[in-house]
Amino acid sequence: MKADIRVALVGNPNTGKSTLFNVLTGLNQKIGNFPGVTVDKKVGYCQLPDGRRAEIIDLPGTYSIYPKSQDESIVFSVLADKSNPHTPDLVVVILDASNLKRNLLLYLQVADLKIPVVIALNMMDLAKKADIDIDVDLFAKKLGVPVVPISARKVDGITPLKDAISFANKIALQEDSIDVASIAPQLVESIGRELNIDNPYLALQLAHQHETLTFLTPAQSERVEELEKEFSFNSQKAQGAETIARYSFINDLLYDTVKKPVTAHDETVSNKIDKVLTHKIFGFIIFFAVLMFMFQAIFSWSAFPMALIADGFVWIQDSLHHVLPSGPLTSLLVDGVIAGLSGVMVFIPQIAILFAFISILEDTGYMSRVTFMMDKLMRKVGLNGKSVVPLIGGFACAVPSIMSTRTIENWKDRMITILVTPLVTCSARLPVYTLLIALVVPNRNIWWVFNLQGLALTGMYIFSLISAIVVAWVFKVILKGKERGYFIMELPVYRMPRWNNVFYSMYERSKSFVFQAGKVIIAVSVILWVMASYGPGDRFEKIDQHFSAPQYTKTMKPDDLDRAIASAKLENSYAGVLGHVIEPVIRPLGFDWKIGIALITSFAAREVFVGTMATIYSVNGSAEKMESVYQKMHEAKNPKTGQPVFTLAVAFSLMMFYAFAMQCASTVAVVYRETKNWRWPAIQFAYMTVLAYVASFIAYVVLK
Amino acid sequence: MRLSQLEVGEKGIVKEFTDLEMSVKLMEMGCLPGEEIRVERIAPLGDPIAINVSGYQLSLRKREAFTIVLQ
Repeated sequence: MKADIRVALVGNPNTGKSTLFNVLTGLNQKIGNFPGVTVDKKVGYCQLPDGRRAEIIDLPGTYSIYPKSQDESIVFSVLADKSNPHTPDLVVVILDASNLKRNLLLYLQVADLKIPVVIALNMMDLAKKADIDIDVDLFAKKLGVPVVPISARKVDGITPLKDAISFANKIALQEDSIDVASIAPQLVESIGRELNIDNPYLALQLAHQHETLTFLTPAQSERVEELEKEFSFNSQKAQGAETIARYSFINDLLYDTVKKPVTAHDETVSNKIDKVLTHKIFGFIIFFAVLMFMFQAIFSWSAFPMALIADGFVWIQDSLHHVLPSGPLTSLLVDGVIAGLSGVMVFIPQIAILFAFISILEDTGYMSRVTFMMDKLMRKVGLNGKSVVPLIGGFACAVPSIMSTRTIENWKDRMITILVTPLVTCSARLPVYTLLIALVVPNRNIWWVFNLQGLALTGMYIFSLISAIVVAWVFKVILKGKERGYFIMELPVYRMPRWNNVFYSMYERSKSFVFQAGKVIIAVSVILWVMASYGPGDRFEKIDQHFSAPQYTKTMKPDDLDRAIASAKLENSYAGVLGHVIEPVIRPLGFDWKIGIALITSFAAREVFVGTMATIYSVNGSAEKMESVYQKMHEAKNPKTGQPVFTLAVAFSLMMFYAFAMQCASTVAVVYRETKNWRWPAIQFAYMTVLAYVASFIAYVVLK
Repeated sequence: MRLSQLEVGEKGIVKEFTDLEMSVKLMEMGCLPGEEIRVERIAPLGDPIAINVSGYQLSLRKREAFTIVLQ
């Protein structure tokens, strides 16, 4: 889409930036990626009063343009890189009117880059309630930029803001605040001269950030490094001096323009809530109650839409089989691509509900309290208070959870969180566990209330959390951290969730999940289809010939004959041959070649297990016909001994394998995308496979 | 006197920092020399702590609070 003007939104976290973005752009937005980095780029479009079209870029919330995390580093590089196609024509800086002092630091830094700026003074309603009186005209005059008071939550002042955007100057007219060049005069002058930069603050920032900026050539970056050495530049000292100078400017500015009531420190509502929610005992009880409610909701609320989606896909597959001529192409489309697609789509309700909850918990400010409460506990095992969010999210799906580790600033903490998140029982393991538990655990109650099958399932969930924590601790010992961990975090005031934001977050996350994970799953399911549909040499023709003999065609019903042929073909397909090849390796775990095929296919995605089992035990249909898969697996006998295949030992051995093995192509892909290095997914795959094998073996030997 | 030594409800004024790297991050969040700090609460497990500084709440670990010297 073409836009006439490009506008970037910049502001501190918790200032209502996302709300303003949603108000300006509505559903007219998309999440993309900044080239070369894995930071989400939220872009939307907005019609201006003068008929022009504005492209709005929502940059990650940050307290300053000195980056502390990967997300934050994008802010400076977007604003400073003149050759970048995303460089904005105008920056809208959002300030929280009820907390101007800290917010102004970022404004002053952005303003000094000399890009045209408009200030949106948000939360004016809250400031008024707190009797904070801001002389907006004087404030605007002193800074030399348009200042628009708004309340994004109440959709107040949005039209004047759009007017200000359309009338904004093409050149930067903001007043200078501090003498930037005086922080490192010779260095700023030399960088400016050699790199041909006339803005002193840009030159100073290049000195600070040249190592991470992609728009500098290696030669330029090296030259900046040499100059820094020459003038003995200390980045942290310079940043400290700059921050102090800016705050002294801010204090003067606020002294003239803002009148605050001088009241004693009285108990705020937020404080009262905190007394309960972060209470020594109630705090944890409430947290676990919230978690329990979330899981219940993820499973129970999603059951109906998931069944609808699954039924819808069965219907589509059925109708396509009727409409299209039968042949390999139809089979590839229907049994490969569409079957794979349904495997992805079916998880949309769970992902949407999970993200709705996460976004409500974040929006209200509760998530940062959870982080606050859990930090000490998590730190003991090498994680971080902020790891709680991805670990909880892991109960639904590891893919978005691994994406949410970006908020963890510390490299080592983030890597460990990424490495252990896939151990948490995700929703794809649920169909596998329910099927296997139903096979071997009797469906009866003990102690009146506890259902044995339910207990077994709960046990698998708790077991997964414990294993994640133990593995995290092991990695804490092994991995060498490059940087010191710190935990300086704002605890925002409690607020009601903004339902619009919850809805947008649900919608955007589900959409990007479908497109990102969907590509991988479709590709893998096509490969699986090929492996299961073709066999080496002329084996398939021989099977057809074999079953066309009169003793089969005359005596067997057509349905039974088809099943017998399909079953024989699967055993002789590439997948079947592979199953036989790996059988010696997996026999110590109690698995035969048929389970071997399911293990191989499950490396694409765990939930494929049920479908593969259904095909192997030649049941027509898919996961929807659980009863019949259950029946067939229940009746399956070992041909040599005549004993049932799925004993307690085999079922639990299988569950252990699924608990630990990295059987998810989407997770491997997302870990690579997040870490930008094949080493991490490789380490993860290796350690999880080894753990899976050992745990399976132990379970089989103990229970046999 | 260090910030980490304050009890809940006690106040102090920031004098200086003992750690350069930490000081830069703290100052960025509005925790500057001359600012008044009040300890709001301590996490249930004893660490981190929550402080009120220039009108909002900040949480930090005790180890980090130890780098803030009070007047």
